[in-house]
Amino acid sequence: MNAKLAAPSDVAIEFRGVHYHINDIPDRAIVSNISLTISRGETLVLLGRSGSGKTTLLRLINRMLVPSQGQVLVQGRATTGYDPIRLRRSIGYVIQEAGLFPHFTVAENVGLVPTLENWDASRIAARVEELLLLVGLDPAQFATRRPRELSGGQRQRVGVARALAADPPILLMDEPFGALDPVTRAELQREFSALARRLNKTIVFVTHDVREALLLGSRIALLHAGQLVALAPPQDFLRLDHPEVHAFTASLAASNGVSP
Amino acid sequence: MSPWNFFLDHRSEIFSATLDHLTLVVIAMAFAIAIAVPLGMLIVQHRHLRAIALGVASVFQTIPSLALFGFLIPIPFIGGIGRRTAIVALVLYALLPILRNTYVGLTGIDPAILEAAEAMGMTSTQILLRVRLPLALSIILAGIRTATVITIGVATIAAAIGAGGLGTFIFRGVAMVNDSVILAGAVPAALLAIFADLLLGLLERRLKVA
Repeated sequence: MNAKLAAPSDVAIEFRGVHYHINDIPDRAIVSNISLTISRGETLVLLGRSGSGKTTLLRLINRMLVPSQGQVLVQGRATTGYDPIRLRRSIGYVIQEAGLFPHFTVAENVGLVPTLENWDASRIAARVEELLLLVGLDPAQFATRRPRELSGGQRQRVGVARALAADPPILLMDEPFGALDPVTRAELQREFSALARRLNKTIVFVTHDVREALLLGSRIALLHAGQLVALAPPQDFLRLDHPEVHAFTASLAASNGVSP
Repeated sequence: MSPWNFFLDHRSEIFSATLDHLTLVVIAMAFAIAIAVPLGMLIVQHRHLRAIALGVASVFQTIPSLALFGFLIPIPFIGGIGRRTAIVALVLYALLPILRNTYVGLTGIDPAILEAAEAMGMTSTQILLRVRLPLALSIILAGIRTATVITIGVATIAAAIGAGGLGTFIFRGVAMVNDSVILAGAVPAALLAIFADLLLGLLERRLKVA
């Protein structure tokens, strides 16, 4: 899980001097001066408070947003050089509450991108079954259910399966376990950590939970007010001397008494 | 003569007026749906059209129905005496509930679902047809249901400009000061409205997701 020293070919995603501000308000940047290299196969955690710009960075990677200045490179090419639809179909995306389609069955949700890519039906069915098993859901029991017939944890598993459907090399996750109860969250974090190691995907994971960041990240990037203020592997992160790191360390200490 | 006896004596006449009435409503609703649903889809993506479309449809709704029928008579091509004019007026009345519900249904979707759809690489047309529309269907149908009930009622006034239908009995009964004749028009119209409401309500519940 340790970050390797990145040779150029090992780079999956690169932020080069990225600023992002909403259309006409350049003096109120949402993120500014971000330069960051994400290696192939690592799990980079973007940690920060609400409004620190974590989700914005995520959305810059799959071109849901375009940088106001600078470039975001995916597999060596600027996102603006991709067709956004093609780019997004090659990047998995998981959000809080999963965002499953309520009018689709679990199988249809998981098979969404393969369906958009016109795979034939038998190949989609086989892939869906494989993915449901991968995320720990029995296909016979769950494939035909609707999202409303699932628990929060099960929905999030389906969300992960859907993101992995077309076997994308990159996975973006925006507080995927944020809405779950603490027990389910811990369970999914453990399973996901094992899954991530096995899959060898490049994962960018957004969270405001420092414990989750320490558990899942091969490196942790700390954002504060739109700036990248710290970047370190988990074993070094808590020793960094930055006021925002101290703030997160303090929150960890404060919650130690009550958490599992 | 009691209303019941009047009804029995004139049942074939009442039946054919009911059919005429239903025909007016069905034709008007078909046009209204064909205009309002695509227009609703259009104004989701074109903000500048939104206020205009909803505003114009609202204005039609505020014109008293009898006056609207009257206004249309002198207009060339769509006006004049008879069924065509009545259908135009009924369509104008039915637009707003359908248009408004189409717009509200298409835009009132959980943002997380739309974010996921975009992030999965769906095009905006795919999002509209495969996500927004199916999820909005029951709300659009609720608008169609409201519009249908309104149209069945307003269509009784169409008799005033010679379009036929159940309003014929109502106007005749008012002129003759004869309740039996009024009821021969009013009761079937009310029953039509109730049945349409029940039927569309049933469909609406079946299409409801989540």
